[in-house]
Amino acid sequence: MKFDTPATTNPIDRMKVVGQPIDRIDGRLKTTGQAPYAYEQNDAVRDPAYGYVIGAAIAKGRITGMDLRAARAAPGVLAIVTAENAGPLGKGDMNTARLLGGPEVDHYHQAIAVVVAETFEQARDAAQRVRVDYAPAGGAFDLAAARDTAKEVDQSASSVGDFEGAFAAAAVQLDATYTTPDQSHAMMEPHASIAAWQGDRLVVWTSNQMINWSAGDLAKTLKLPKEKVRLISPFIGGGFGGKLFLRSDAVMAALGSRAAKRPVKVALQRPLMMNNTTHRPATIQRIRIGAAPDGRIGAIAHESWSGDLPGGGPETAVDQTRLLYAGANRLTQLRLAVLDLPEGNAMRAPGEAPGLMALEIAMDEMAEKLGMDPVQFRIVNDTQVDPNDPDRPFSQRQLVKCLQLGAERFGWDQRNPRPGQSRQGRWLTGMGMASAFRNNLVMKSAARLRLDSRGEVTVETDMTDIGTGSYTIIAQTAAEMMGVPIDKVTVRLGDSSFPVSAGSGGQWGANSSTAGVYAACMKLREAVARKLGFNSADAVFAEGQVRSGNRGATLAEAAGPDGIVVEDILEYGDLSKRFQQSTFGAHFVEVAVDAATGEARVRRMLAVCAAGRILNPKTARSQVIGAMTMGVGAALMEELALDKRRGFFVNHDLAGYEVPVHADIPHQEVIFLDEADPISSPMKAKGVGELGLCGVGAAIANAIHNATGVRVRDYPITLDKYLDRLPEAV
Amino acid sequence: MSKVSFSVNGEVRDLELDTRTTLLDALREHLHLTGTKKGCDHGQCGACTVIVDGRRINACLSLAVMHEGDAITTVEGLGSPENLHPMQAAFIKHDGFQCGYCTPGQICSSVAVLEEIKAGIPSHVTADLTAASQVTPEEIRERMSGNICRCGAYSNILDAITEVAERQA
Ligand code: FES
Ligand code: FES
Repeated sequence: MKFDTPATTNPIDRMKVVGQPIDRIDGRLKTTGQAPYAYEQNDAVRDPAYGYVIGAAIAKGRITGMDLRAARAAPGVLAIVTAENAGPLGKGDMNTARLLGGPEVDHYHQAIAVVVAETFEQARDAAQRVRVDYAPAGGAFDLAAARDTAKEVDQSASSVGDFEGAFAAAAVQLDATYTTPDQSHAMMEPHASIAAWQGDRLVVWTSNQMINWSAGDLAKTLKLPKEKVRLISPFIGGGFGGKLFLRSDAVMAALGSRAAKRPVKVALQRPLMMNNTTHRPATIQRIRIGAAPDGRIGAIAHESWSGDLPGGGPETAVDQTRLLYAGANRLTQLRLAVLDLPEGNAMRAPGEAPGLMALEIAMDEMAEKLGMDPVQFRIVNDTQVDPNDPDRPFSQRQLVKCLQLGAERFGWDQRNPRPGQSRQGRWLTGMGMASAFRNNLVMKSAARLRLDSRGEVTVETDMTDIGTGSYTIIAQTAAEMMGVPIDKVTVRLGDSSFPVSAGSGGQWGANSSTAGVYAACMKLREAVARKLGFNSADAVFAEGQVRSGNRGATLAEAAGPDGIVVEDILEYGDLSKRFQQSTFGAHFVEVAVDAATGEARVRRMLAVCAAGRILNPKTARSQVIGAMTMGVGAALMEELALDKRRGFFVNHDLAGYEVPVHADIPHQEVIFLDEADPISSPMKAKGVGELGLCGVGAAIANAIHNATGVRVRDYPITLDKYLDRLPEAV
Repeated sequence: MSKVSFSVNGEVRDLELDTRTTLLDALREHLHLTGTKKGCDHGQCGACTVIVDGRRINACLSLAVMHEGDAITTVEGLGSPENLHPMQAAFIKHDGFQCGYCTPGQICSSVAVLEEIKAGIPSHVTADLTAASQVTPEEIRERMSGNICRCGAYSNILDAITEVAERQA
């Protein structure tokens, strides 16, 4: 099915199942420990051996020798695979660095060997006995030092009008630089895979967001035809972008299994993950805004510097600034430096998350200079068209409504606009806010449906559920479309033998994957009507029945003993070119800062989101509160601490890399505006899982400024950055 | 190798294990009770929380052979999909999870936390050490802070625990 004209009325609009706050259909399995994750496939794989990955101990250079003798002789060892004996390997399209390094080392903790043994304890022990000699080489590790070597990147570059002239002439100006640190996804389930060879075919149970990309890249890495590789990923213990791509756990398991002639399971050891896998790259961002005294922006520029390995890409931190606010004269530019750090790549809301951390502080600073309320300053600069191309409207844009409703519900009028003036006992209190913005991407997605002789529906698609609720919203979609109760729908996900879906990334998963299921359901409805001799256009599917005029039949009867199987894909035309599709929101935060110690606590949080139709308000709300929680981490604690001499992230475990815990998170409120966007897809939905993170960090930063009067422009906002500037504590 | 015998979810299990085997790996790899999760293997995340003789511990920080004669409860022992423990049901109702990987640990921890409060065991945020501990949001958040949820379901988990506590009261 091709989606190239805006959606009209369709069966989803009934909203009997879709749009309802239904409990997750996989909830019983997950809460009782019965959902099998990648490393736990004991029913499918008998008697696996265990792989333990060795990571390079230098950031750049060469392995001059590996002494495997002691390890080979250790009890239980079955095989040791290194670059020397692995055979020729390719590199996946989505990978920047090779997943098995050696003799050249491209980054710290790059996998250089896997030791396979009968037991985990034996594999771990033998791995410690491997001796590696290196010839380290110098590298570039520090973004600030490499800033001047960074090259301009065309992607995201834009220039409208005469920015420099308009900025110079503006009555009120801001020119400020902000930094965001390297961050780690730190999902709770480590990257894990079990590989089993069946002749020349390879089956890998793994934990991966994008089955089709990763099956292709695994085949490419192992130089196999893609059809020889099957990936299975039914449950995924979090990804946040860190599991978008093939990673070394899958490659090491496959190579280890080939060498040991046994199924092999590999989970990346937690202390290896942060340097072995990808991370969100640090940025330096310069923002300039020029406005008239009435607050109207006349000039806005956003430039960002980031680094990555040779052949890698930039953190696209300027993207939202092309679209979020009006202004006749504009400039955006990315610059990319070569750094020999672990590979930088997508983490939840890549681009917008760090970009808004900077832009939305800048907006707060500008409002302060103008003597304007920060909410009002944003409202004044709303635009309903793409500022780079005024002929291109937003499909929907309710940013102003989000801001107004949020301000009202949060009690924004209680905020003292003069910073550092509100005190409750030992606490300095303050409120901050930020706009939220994230583009809505649509991706083609396919599904297969089976209607069986009991009138039950089975959906198969290689879509993944990374905690997002895919199982549930896909079941809701099929139930709504076919007119059956949700417990008559079975959803099977995450298997490369199923039709290729959009996968989970870029907050496109919910809308795109359900749209694919919608397309397959339309085809199934036609097949059912045809089989019954009904006119599909006026057939009504409800309560397990199909009715047309005064004729009717049950779905079970229509299916017959053999059932009906259909498959379809939803593909998109140029609606996303003709319309700018984005999601919007507003974040409001109240903080308290200890006047003596500087300890910052988040007291209240509210997000208002305009993100198209909400397919399941319960699971969507969870996406948003989870993202808000990650935003608290980004604002206050998350930072991969870099050893600039040796080129690695030092705090590479969950004790050193701090993420929010229960005690850090207050009650969180989420409001979804009632919206349906017919430009987006037949589901009229958009994404929300990344929107919830966009802007949170800045809202907290702005609240800390409001509480203390201190402006910190370098994340995370730890107390050492403002303690000596706190107001006099009397 | 060493022999060890303990009960898991009411069933006596006799194992012969490499002495380096953690209680977590004994459960997951030897008994195939994979409900208990391995998030870090270093006592940093709480995903491996199980209840041993009534107290919650990180199973990854404990060797299996140290548990001779102990009574161990894992998430599988609290309830099943057909017969949920009230805490499991409350997590589902309040959507106290997303990816589900921290969830068994959160649930074992929550069940034990309510017992700890009932037993009058104080926490870092207990103001009056001589008075009976209260089930307050602050107490629950403090006591649950060894269980990381990167999906960020904290606000919902608190609602789930509070509901169960209120029903028990
Ligand atoms: S696995 Fe035991 S605390 Fe993380
Ligand atoms: S539900 Fe994913 S980490 Fe808690």
